[in-house]
Amino acid sequence: MIQAVMVISTQAKPRLLKFYNFQAPEKHQDLVRSVFQLLSASPDSVSNFVKGTKMVYKHLATLYFVFVFDSSENELAMLDLIQVFVEILDRCFRNVCELDIVFNFNKLHTILDEMILGGQVIETSSEQVVKSVEEIERLEKQSSTTSFIPKSITERFTR
Amino acid sequence: MASTPAAPAVAPSLVDTLFQRSLNDLVKSLRADRSAAGEAAAVARALSEIHREIRAPDAATKSVALQKLTHLSSLHFAPVGSHPLAFPAIELLASPHLPHKRLAYLAASLSLHPASLSLLPLATHQLHKDLSPSSAGAAHQQHLSALALQLLASPAAAAAPDLPAHLAHDLVPHLARGSPRAIAAAARVIAASPSAAVPVLFKPLAACLASPDPRASTAAAAAFCDLSAPPADATPFLPLALDLYNLLTTSRSNWALIKVLKVFARLAPLEPRLAARIVDPVCQLLTRSSAMSLTFECIRTVLTALPAHDAAVRLAIGKAKEFVAADDDPNLRYLGLLALGMLGPAYASTVNDCRDAIAKSLGDADTNIRQEALHLIMGMVNENNIMDIAGMLISHVAKSDPEFANDILGAVLAACGHNVYEMVVDFDWYVSLLADMARTLHCAQGDEIGRQLVDVGLRVLDARPELVRSARTLLIDPALLGNHFLFPVLSAAAWVSGEYVDLTKDPVELVEALLQPRTSLLPISVRAVYIHAVFKVITWCFSVYVGRLGDSGMAVDVIFDRLAADQTVGSESNVALGSGEEQDIGASTVRKDPFSHESILYMINLIQTTVGPLINCNEVEVQERAHNLIGFVHLVREIQELNKRKVADGDKPSRLEELVKTMRTVFCQELGPVSVNAQMKVATPDGLILNENLVELAGIVSEDDTTPSTSIFFYPCSRHSVDTRDEPAVSIGSSSLSEHRKRHGLFYLQTGKTEDEPNDYPQANDSLPSSSNSSVNDDKLKTAELVFAGKKSTSTKSRPKVVKLDTEDFLSSMMPSANVPKEDPLSGALRDVLLGSDAKALSSQRASDINLEGMLNKTSSNESSSQQIDNLGSHPASRSSSRTSKQQNHDKEKGTNPPESDGKEPRKHRSSGRSGHRQGKHKHREKSSTQPDTIPQAPVIQDFLL
Repeated sequence: MIQAVMVISTQAKPRLLKFYNFQAPEKHQDLVRSVFQLLSASPDSVSNFVKGTKMVYKHLATLYFVFVFDSSENELAMLDLIQVFVEILDRCFRNVCELDIVFNFNKLHTILDEMILGGQVIETSSEQVVKSVEEIERLEKQSSTTSFIPKSITERFTR
Repeated sequence: MASTPAAPAVAPSLVDTLFQRSLNDLVKSLRADRSAAGEAAAVARALSEIHREIRAPDAATKSVALQKLTHLSSLHFAPVGSHPLAFPAIELLASPHLPHKRLAYLAASLSLHPASLSLLPLATHQLHKDLSPSSAGAAHQQHLSALALQLLASPAAAAAPDLPAHLAHDLVPHLARGSPRAIAAAARVIAASPSAAVPVLFKPLAACLASPDPRASTAAAAAFCDLSAPPADATPFLPLALDLYNLLTTSRSNWALIKVLKVFARLAPLEPRLAARIVDPVCQLLTRSSAMSLTFECIRTVLTALPAHDAAVRLAIGKAKEFVAADDDPNLRYLGLLALGMLGPAYASTVNDCRDAIAKSLGDADTNIRQEALHLIMGMVNENNIMDIAGMLISHVAKSDPEFANDILGAVLAACGHNVYEMVVDFDWYVSLLADMARTLHCAQGDEIGRQLVDVGLRVLDARPELVRSARTLLIDPALLGNHFLFPVLSAAAWVSGEYVDLTKDPVELVEALLQPRTSLLPISVRAVYIHAVFKVITWCFSVYVGRLGDSGMAVDVIFDRLAADQTVGSESNVALGSGEEQDIGASTVRKDPFSHESILYMINLIQTTVGPLINCNEVEVQERAHNLIGFVHLVREIQELNKRKVADGDKPSRLEELVKTMRTVFCQELGPVSVNAQMKVATPDGLILNENLVELAGIVSEDDTTPSTSIFFYPCSRHSVDTRDEPAVSIGSSSLSEHRKRHGLFYLQTGKTEDEPNDYPQANDSLPSSSNSSVNDDKLKTAELVFAGKKSTSTKSRPKVVKLDTEDFLSSMMPSANVPKEDPLSGALRDVLLGSDAKALSSQRASDINLEGMLNKTSSNESSSQQIDNLGSHPASRSSSRTSKQQNHDKEKGTNPPESDGKEPRKHRSSGRSGHRQGKHKHREKSSTQPDTIPQAPVIQDFLL
């Protein structure tokens, strides 16, 4: 299974963290820090594996996309999955950049949850995921038109 | 909990609600000041705001607050107590309003904490509701159940055993529909609480494997792959082999195929007939597939699970070689090397065939690839090719960056030194290789090279001439003295040249090298070794010289007159200056014969000018040795002066000879390697109470804290003490040692005793039968003793004899664990945290955390390696016999059930292969446990594929 998905900026700021095995919240920061140190130490244009761990990453623009997994996952398939994830982000945000990710905490989780559930990959087709995410947004809009809620919340889901 | 609305004092005003900051506002405020302090302040401000808002009776305000809190705790590591977050999240789960509900589910799945588990059961009802069909629209309902499944599969829920147990039945209809979400969630639920979930969920899940919907079958394959992952036993999944086989032959999904292959790789060792069945489809996939991930999985499956199928292995190796040769993709090159590394030793020759390709990878730009290539190459080393490989690797050192260069050097040193130089046949080659290694550009392996130089000298008699030659080249190179990494090597070289001085060609040159001005750059411990080496050289030269005089019958007086004359000149003029020119002249004339009168004189002068000043050195080691050396030189001269006055001619040569002979005997004894157990073999002398409290010594120890050197050079203590004993006049008067003795005489042995015959302890190199020490105390005496165990030759070839201690068999068996390649502590820690913990129960996890904290002194690499060993140790054990492993597994699946209660069940229901096995699993539902256990036990598992 996939153990964790992380998106970390090149400034060492976490942009998305999702752990599929329980990790004490106190440890999260250390984990991000140690992952970042590993990644920032490795030059570009080399293999996307980190020796000694089951971890693949991709460095795109100002972000590192990191997947940590166990022996039940295939390394190259995980790399493909990162690719799919980035593709989906690109389609959902139209030329995704770091700011999109910073300001769309919930949507990012929605997208990820459409791909991975409990560490298992449930969908690998980017079209399908984009479709599901759009459907969710539609449902939410539907729901929000029926009741009064502050602007700030609707805004969250209409971006 | 203050989250009830009945808290009027802190009830939020309408203003709060209307002007509540949204998450976007929060993110902006966090980005306003990017400094750490600024961010921390913003987080703190936001938290206090959220704590107020989250108590709002209004769901909208509450949900925004919850959203902000989730964001802060997830990405800013805000120290959120679990309760303020958990309660509103669970409260909002019930919201009829979808956005609120989604927020609540996200918050719950991200942030629920074992500490908040008491709250999680509160969510059970809501989850149950969301999972069940309702009146809402189909799309809406599907979305709700997706949310519920998400939470059910989250790590927080997995930690609450009751939750999955109560909800397992709700999953069944979703599984029947073949929803991938439900399948994934079911896998997590089964993993979290096997005892409750397996009876309910295993069968529907297995049915999904045969589902015509490829999404369902893929998800089910992934689920079983996850459930059979190593810490768990794969045996219960054997009955699924047929469905998996169908999937393997018919599925078009690479994801599904990868997962199926992984499961088969785990099942194949358990059922021998399986391998023969799957080898053909796997080979077909291997040749046919264009997806690299699938190809790699096939290679891995063949190499790890089907090693007996030669054709398949060859095919896989061919593919792996293609990977290694993939110029445009470093990932493939890396994985190709990784795959080659999976091959067992039986295929070492096959791997050897790709040596060129692997060697090429040593020059790769990618660290991972280089490391892996090095690892592979070291794996193929044997005694026939070690010279080629080591030579090739050393030539790579010059081209590599410092870090990798040292990895290579370390690997070569480890391989050659393995099990007392087992693989080295030609020690002349090896010794010069060691010297070459020391001279490579980035060499930081000085410690190990130095250790091995000395070790080879001690163990291999035949290697000594070459060793001395190599030591000379190291010592005469002034450039090496500036490199602090090489100090241990130089120290070893100096020791070797001193110890085996009789093999040296030119002692004068050696003394010059040892006393060259740049030696002032050396650290104290090494300088001490240098000075001591000079002592040995000069002693030896003298003994040869005196011996020759005796042979030729030449008058000794002449030399001594001249020695004395020189000394008076030396003492009248400045000792240090008087010899500059003389030395140059001397050096040129002396070269021809190192044992001529001139050379001896030249050396003595050189010693006096260079070592003389060191008598005042602050460092005791250097000071003491300088004293020894200068003392010896004085002694040689003083004898002559005394004799001159007495005019007792007959006395002179004999006294000189006696002196030289004594000194020579001090050094001529052979040294051997020291067993680590040597101390235990030393008998405790009478009257020494080892258990005596030594607290009084603490004061003294702290006063002059001269930690004894642990380097091998100072092992021969007895000899050391002999040195000082021979020149009592030289240093005792003023040395701090005598001061110390005066003040703390209590702790010294009787002086009379020490100046008697060397000691009561066994001589170095005396082989001490351990039987005589059978009564040795548990406590050890602090004396190093050399135990020279029976010499063993490990090779029948013309290989020189290598001294090997008996105990080293034991030692070398321990070596591999010590030589486990050092793991990056970060990645080690990462793996510990992320990967190592999934199999453990939470409680034990916490316990082990505490343990780890307690052991913080240890290095993290040690921890991880020991954990690895633990894992390795436990895994084979679980397979030791199929019956116990089944039982264990069953126990595991039953989770909390006491083992004795269901210890017999697996056997009971194991009778008829597939169906019987399933019955065993679903006994609660199928009531099969009520059947009498009349069916005999057939240990043979039937061929599931038939």
